Amino acid sequence: MDIFLVEAMVNGLLLGGVFALLALGLNLIFGVIDVVWIAYTELMMAGMYAMFWLYARYHWPFLAAAAAAIAVVAVLGLLTHFLIIGPILDAPPINQLLATGGLLFFLQSFATLLFSTEFRNIGVRLPTLEVAGMFISVARLLAFGVSLIGVGCLYAFLKRTYWGVAIRAIAQDRQIIGLMGIDQRRVYGITSAIGGALAGLAGCLLVLQYDVHPFIGLSFGPILFMICVLGGLGNMLGGLAAAFIVSEIIAVGGFYVSIDLSYVLAFVVFIGLMFWRPRGVFTR
Amino acid sequence: MLELAKVSAGYGAFRALFDIDMSVRAGEAVGVIGPNGAGKTTLMRVISGLIRPRSGSITFDGQSIGGRRAHQVVAAGIAHVPENRRLFPRLSVEENLKIGAFVPAARAQLATRLASMYELFPPLKERRNQLAGTLSGGEQQMCAIARALMSGPKLLLMDEPSAGLAPVVVDQVFDLVQRIRTEGFTVLIVEQNVQGVLDVVDRAYLLEVGTIKLTGAAAELREHQFVRQAYLGM
Amino acid sequence: MRRNLVVWLVVIAGLAAVPFLGMPVYLLHIAVQILLWGTVYTAWALMGRFGMMSLGHGGFLGIGAYVPALLWNYYGITPWIGIPLGVALAVLVAVAIGFPCFHLRVVGHYFALVTLALSEVTERGIVAARDITGGSLGLTPNTVSGTSLFALQFPDKRHFFVIALVVWLVGLWVWHMIDGSMTRLSMTASVEQDAAAAVGINVPREKLKILLVSAALTSLGGSMLGQYLMYVNPGTLSGVMVTLQMLFAAVVGGMYTALGPTMGSALTIILMESLRILFGTRFIGAANTIYGILLIVFTIFMPVGIWGFVVRCWERRAAAQRARETGATSAQGAGASAR
Repeated sequence: MDIFLVEAMVNGLLLGGVFALLALGLNLIFGVIDVVWIAYTELMMAGMYAMFWLYARYHWPFLAAAAAAIAVVAVLGLLTHFLIIGPILDAPPINQLLATGGLLFFLQSFATLLFSTEFRNIGVRLPTLEVAGMFISVARLLAFGVSLIGVGCLYAFLKRTYWGVAIRAIAQDRQIIGLMGIDQRRVYGITSAIGGALAGLAGCLLVLQYDVHPFIGLSFGPILFMICVLGGLGNMLGGLAAAFIVSEIIAVGGFYVSIDLSYVLAFVVFIGLMFWRPRGVFTR
Repeated sequence: MLELAKVSAGYGAFRALFDIDMSVRAGEAVGVIGPNGAGKTTLMRVISGLIRPRSGSITFDGQSIGGRRAHQVVAAGIAHVPENRRLFPRLSVEENLKIGAFVPAARAQLATRLASMYELFPPLKERRNQLAGTLSGGEQQMCAIARALMSGPKLLLMDEPSAGLAPVVVDQVFDLVQRIRTEGFTVLIVEQNVQGVLDVVDRAYLLEVGTIKLTGAAAELREHQFVRQAYLGM
Repeated sequence: MRRNLVVWLVVIAGLAAVPFLGMPVYLLHIAVQILLWGTVYTAWALMGRFGMMSLGHGGFLGIGAYVPALLWNYYGITPWIGIPLGVALAVLVAVAIGFPCFHLRVVGHYFALVTLALSEVTERGIVAARDITGGSLGLTPNTVSGTSLFALQFPDKRHFFVIALVVWLVGLWVWHMIDGSMTRLSMTASVEQDAAAAVGINVPREKLKILLVSAALTSLGGSMLGQYLMYVNPGTLSGVMVTLQMLFAAVVGGMYTALGPTMGSALTIILMESLRILFGTRFIGAANTIYGILLIVFTIFMPVGIWGFVVRCWERRAAAQRARETGATSAQGAGASAR
């Protein structure tokens, strides 16, 4: 097999890791609270800017900056829920989509106001490894590795801790959760914070590979939504699988045709798959 | 232990309960019977905090709990076994039980409580790692009751425990209620199965169209002409 | 009925005459854009008002903008043919997406995200085909000197104002038609799709009808915008951002009334221009920041939008007036319980 094709496939796999992280966050929020945060990748952008600000401008150590950036986006997640989603929790889905659409506008434009539309790079140059004739970026490997760790941690949290079980329970029956002595609002808050934190983590990982600008959310958002819908909205395992599959389609497609065309291809495949299995290809 | 005074409640513009007066003393088993749509489930929900009362007061152990949110009512010592069981289907039996013990006071006792539940309900122990959604109707009811007991309540509310179960299983459920009673729990049961429930409770209320029509000792109600005609088919 | 028609014609003639009475070119420019974008937002609101949140209208807009422009530039085909072809393509795409969606009960979040894919594909497709479309740099229709009916090019903005007015009125007429038809009743009933089906309403077909009309009108709006601006660009006339713009205008203006979206259009354009005049290029992004906040605030506190709110106030006042006229007590009782 052509070594460059294998390289493309490997890169697809590595990219899939970060999408898996993002898909997990989005699915968590949808599965528990039943809303789709259209502005999810804009939250990720906020994390990227936080990293840029703290690391490149104020020269914080990398890990400290990352921790702070993740915390910032976790707080943004909390605010999103309590200020925006909370008041319209029982409204029809269109209202929730409209509101998070508004958040998207706001975050993008606010970032433009603060940072202008220039592309910003945090100036971290990680090496490229040569493995068996393929060139693999360390940044990508790192992102993949950390994403997997993140996924693993979330899994452990959901399975082993009390709040984790509470989150899984509320996704299955939100009305009677109060009867277990669990404050619904607190569970929603924790879920929103975790969702935000995952987006923040993804941002920290992507900022090593991409320049940040106010519209970077749009480069990842629609694909992320596509991944989540394919996997079944709220289905975390489905989202994981879909993340890797879609990333592979884009990577391999990009190898044979232009990258833009590979996105078009991915979307066309997506629409086709949606009509074969409307609830998500991996839904039971 | 539990006092309802002039409690009214409803859903939106629809009123389901009108000026309900009711009481449950510690150690008692009290039943609430009545037809479909009488407001029995609404009554349970207003006590456990799933809905807020429009007017009136609800006191438990001297504290006013009317208007408190559900998780606070659980902390105060009332557990509600909802209509149709409402187990978490994709959690295991054991996870369902653990979730029932979420309140910090109960969580501290988790191991002991779990052990005593498994003693009280051996079939649950056998199926502890099975997904709750795959249990039979009777087992689900058992699990739902155990889950509620995990919070260590002083008062147990049961909403139509026999609903949707086969006759043989219904008997088992009422036996369960008896056993819970002998363990010392105070119980308030809402039921459509008048025959079954009057056998296990001390007193009962008859609720029709949102108001209390009759009340008295179970034995009395069983002999009451109206009850016999309308509900016991005699 | 006859009287109403006459009143309408007089109003329309009056509006059409306004620019000829001497209006600064700049204001005319604003007015044309308000009307054309108003048509596009009205088209979106045709679906939004029934709870069908489409994020794919950026696709229909892009199709409408590019098809006539490409056909004109490469084959010299007049926009009189190009525009209907654009509409036809938009409708085709709408059927391809809508038919399976509605029959498979892809609704709510799923529908929004599936249609999002359409906006995204259209924009990326236009960019990918950069050899034909000019990619992100956009495309300029070949200019014909002077006014040309054949090329549908009118350097005199007053002429275009009339055209924009006509297009806008077509949009309003479509809204009115849907209001009057069974489709509207079916759509309101479609909140409970099963119940509606039980009384014989073919919900998927009604939804599809609205989608097709909406797509067609959006495409028309896109075509006219392209012809007016004499420049099409995938970022401004297709994609996710312009779709969100539609959302914003429709919600803030009011998507449950005919004039609401146009109001939203006026609002956004005037806001944008005011900011540009006041701050020049210093606060790029300020407009959208405000849009974002307003969209959130309106969705939470005033989902019927500004115009919808105004209309409601009028209606309430009219009802109170009627009550006063027919006799206080009985009407008041009715009014109290209706609340």
